[in-house]
Amino acid sequence: MCRLALKTANTPFSPYEVLTAMEAMQEGYDGSGLGLLLRGLDFEDFKYNTKYPILSGIAHTEQAWSRLNSFMEERGFELKYDHEFETIPSLIEAKDRFRYFLRAYKMSADLESKSQTEIDEELMLTRLALRRNGEENGGDLTAFSFWPDVAMIKEVGWPLEIGNALTLNDNRIRARVCMAQGRQNTNYGINLYACHPFFLQGIATMTNGENTAFVPIRDWLLGKHFPGYTGYQSDSEVFAHILHYTVRQLGLPLETYKHIITPLSTKELDAHPQGEFLKGLRNTCRRLIIDGPNAVIGTLPDETCILAMDQKKLRPATIGGRDGAWAIASEMCGVEAMVPDRNPAFDFQPMREHTIIVPPDRKELTIWSQHDPFPLPQAA
Amino acid sequence: MVSARSVSVTPSSLSYTDLPWIVQHREDRCTLCGHCTAVCPKEAIYLAYRRQRMPKLDVLKKSRGNEYRTFVGIRQKTTMANACIGCSMCAMVCPNEAIMPVPNTNEHRTLFFNNQKGEPNKRGGRRNVSGPTLLDRIMFDRISMLTDPALDAGRHEFNITTTLGRILDPAEFLKRQKEGGWIPPTREIFPFVIGSMSFGALSPNMWLGLLQGVAYCNEVLGIPVVMGTGEGGCPPWVLKSPYLKYIILQIASGYFGWDEIIRAIPDMQCMPAAIEIKYGQGAKPGDGGLLMWYKVSKLIARLRGVPEGVDLPSPPVHQTLYSIEESVMKMIQTLSTAFDHQVPIYPKISASTSAKSVLNNLVRNPYAGGMLIDGIDGGTGAAYNVSMDATGHPIASCVRECYLDLVTQGKQNEIPIFAAGGIGKNGNVAQNGMALIMLGASGVHIGKYIMQAAAGCLGNEKNRCNVCNVGICPKGITSQNPKLYRRLDPDLVAERVSEVFMSINTEIKKIMAPLGRSQSLPVGMSDALGIGDKAVADRLQIKYVC
Ligand code: SF4
Ligand code: SF4
Repeated sequence: MCRLALKTANTPFSPYEVLTAMEAMQEGYDGSGLGLLLRGLDFEDFKYNTKYPILSGIAHTEQAWSRLNSFMEERGFELKYDHEFETIPSLIEAKDRFRYFLRAYKMSADLESKSQTEIDEELMLTRLALRRNGEENGGDLTAFSFWPDVAMIKEVGWPLEIGNALTLNDNRIRARVCMAQGRQNTNYGINLYACHPFFLQGIATMTNGENTAFVPIRDWLLGKHFPGYTGYQSDSEVFAHILHYTVRQLGLPLETYKHIITPLSTKELDAHPQGEFLKGLRNTCRRLIIDGPNAVIGTLPDETCILAMDQKKLRPATIGGRDGAWAIASEMCGVEAMVPDRNPAFDFQPMREHTIIVPPDRKELTIWSQHDPFPLPQAA
Repeated sequence: MVSARSVSVTPSSLSYTDLPWIVQHREDRCTLCGHCTAVCPKEAIYLAYRRQRMPKLDVLKKSRGNEYRTFVGIRQKTTMANACIGCSMCAMVCPNEAIMPVPNTNEHRTLFFNNQKGEPNKRGGRRNVSGPTLLDRIMFDRISMLTDPALDAGRHEFNITTTLGRILDPAEFLKRQKEGGWIPPTREIFPFVIGSMSFGALSPNMWLGLLQGVAYCNEVLGIPVVMGTGEGGCPPWVLKSPYLKYIILQIASGYFGWDEIIRAIPDMQCMPAAIEIKYGQGAKPGDGGLLMWYKVSKLIARLRGVPEGVDLPSPPVHQTLYSIEESVMKMIQTLSTAFDHQVPIYPKISASTSAKSVLNNLVRNPYAGGMLIDGIDGGTGAAYNVSMDATGHPIASCVRECYLDLVTQGKQNEIPIFAAGGIGKNGNVAQNGMALIMLGASGVHIGKYIMQAAAGCLGNEKNRCNVCNVGICPKGITSQNPKLYRRLDPDLVAERVSEVFMSINTEIKKIMAPLGRSQSLPVGMSDALGIGDKAVADRLQIKYVC
């Protein structure tokens, strides 16, 4: 089973804290990989302007590295900051790692003057073009994300070892939100892109479990012909894309995500104040209904964090914390390790109908039940 | 040897061994009750008196002579019109197990003579090809090892309904929701539908039994089964009853029964489940419906608005229309309007290499509520044998192609495809249906299987029985003769319908649970399918396993 840990705090913290929390949850875990997403970044040696998109990934060869440089230049991005990881290569299993990169770019004036939607699209297309560039060159370049205030690291191996290999404990990089997943081999093969969390235009999710409805969902998303709906090396990637589709494409409130992935039964909807609308939504988004055991943890660009359970709650997940700092983990000991100075009596294990939302102010968490009404766009 | 002229032999003369079924009769057990000859639908057997000569030679008296013994027994007729169909009714009614039909293992000759008077062979049933079907050979092989705890078909909640009717794209749905626009009607139904069999093709008792069973499934068992009427209308008391919501009304090229339906609209207590416009049927593509005169009883004549005792062939096409595009568009729109845009309207076509073009037409028609494709193995009450055996297209690849075509357009949720034709041909109804669902169908229609499972229809693909067209159905399923249909107790049919659907319901869960699916019907979950035939696997884009 995959181990999941998310910490969100008002004061930036080192991602290494989350990695140590994952150590607490090591039982029954095979340590096959790590995926890390950082949001709300703070660098020791650079005053980061949150308008600058950050490109993160791995150049596996020197040629790839130079191709990357010229590619970004040609596309009009000006390098503002290049975070150089102090690496200890001997701690990394894979040998073809020329450079881990995490670099802030300034957009061209031309791009900056465009609408937010156009900018968002260009950032996504740039990342996808880099990914394709790597794939066309024997997989020598891996691009995880290109987005303001978001950094991602993915690597094969034991999570803490990877943290040590990249000396993440040196406090040079800190974040207000950190999502980490220790990945277990899945039946879809090992691939760096198959590591959680998955990311698309500011929206990220990670999951522990198995999405057995993967193929029909993937087929439907591919049919939308949206360039970002691609990849699918992992059956969990669709969770991120469904969240993206719900919030960004349909403009629905975050709560509807749960109604889309695990809709209530007709009997339950008959008793729901928004039942008629929700039945329609269930029909129209029927191909996005997930299946199998899954706890979905996600974050949004405004640093909102969510946790939603599969319809039968076949996977565990706990949330706990205090005003200013919250932790979500697949196991209780993970929460304890991340926010020890909380009242554990208020730790909460969401049930099948729950979505937990930690708003950007991080004061209190919202336990929202699917049976309750939610704010709908007018007339819905 | 005697000259041929002294025995009566004509080109069409047949003997017992030339017939498909040979009736074996044991004189030592026969009580001469006559039950078998009375029940035989083909008048294939008769009570006969025979005389046996016993030569007698008295050596002492030096005299020769004969003695004669007379005896009675059951004999089989060898004329084509009376050839035994193997229905076994004689065996069923015999109090002494004295009689039964035995299949002729030799090649029989009737195949060469079933065109008497220049009329080609007509029959009921389906394509006479027996053995495992392609659907029977599909395995569900993507077992979810990671599902922990595993799903339990008996304990967990499963959501196995499907949607019938046009579904909007999410963005369009939200837009119309906001603007108060028309949201096409949909129905949440059980994915196994009782396919269209007309009131006319079926006897009143059979029809009543099905309807009772469907109502029981919905109202007592909570399984939302719906059934199609087929062409030929619907009894007025049903049209005006609350059961109409379980009924899919069919309109076909003969428009039979539609005067009655349209007149009943103002009195309807609820809307029908859907309207099916029949353009084609898998068993006999290119042919319209056919109700032979034997079955046009007074009741049927009244329902259909026609004179009694005449053949009722529906034309192969909807005559008033210029092209299928125009036809589909106009009919769907007209019917949608007639029912106030509150009933899903969808066409039924026969599987064919051209099915995709009809589908693409529907994609562009905002009123189209789905598409039903009927494959070559579909059943019928009456058709030419050549149409049934040789004309049409198998269902699996046709459904798969249509589904994949929708997938490339991203429209697979908008137009549900329903599949029919040969589902449960060898009894594996849930397995066959679920295989089609995973290939991309939103649900399946079953007709012949229901007749077999719920009413004990005797027909099979070795041409047993299959006399549904001439109104002599020995089980009373497809006859309008009260003497025959009184044999069928509607209550018992209803009971069997509920048993069948309860069992399909459980089997669906038994198929879904190991795949780790319980939240929604696994439409298009082709990663779960495998078959031990490379060519088929490639064609269907599923896994080859061995
Ligand atoms: S099997 Fe049927 S058709 Fe044949 S003799 Fe018996 S009753 Fe008649
Ligand atoms: S039992 Fe009746 S319905 Fe079945 S094949 Fe014979 S005639 Fe047809």
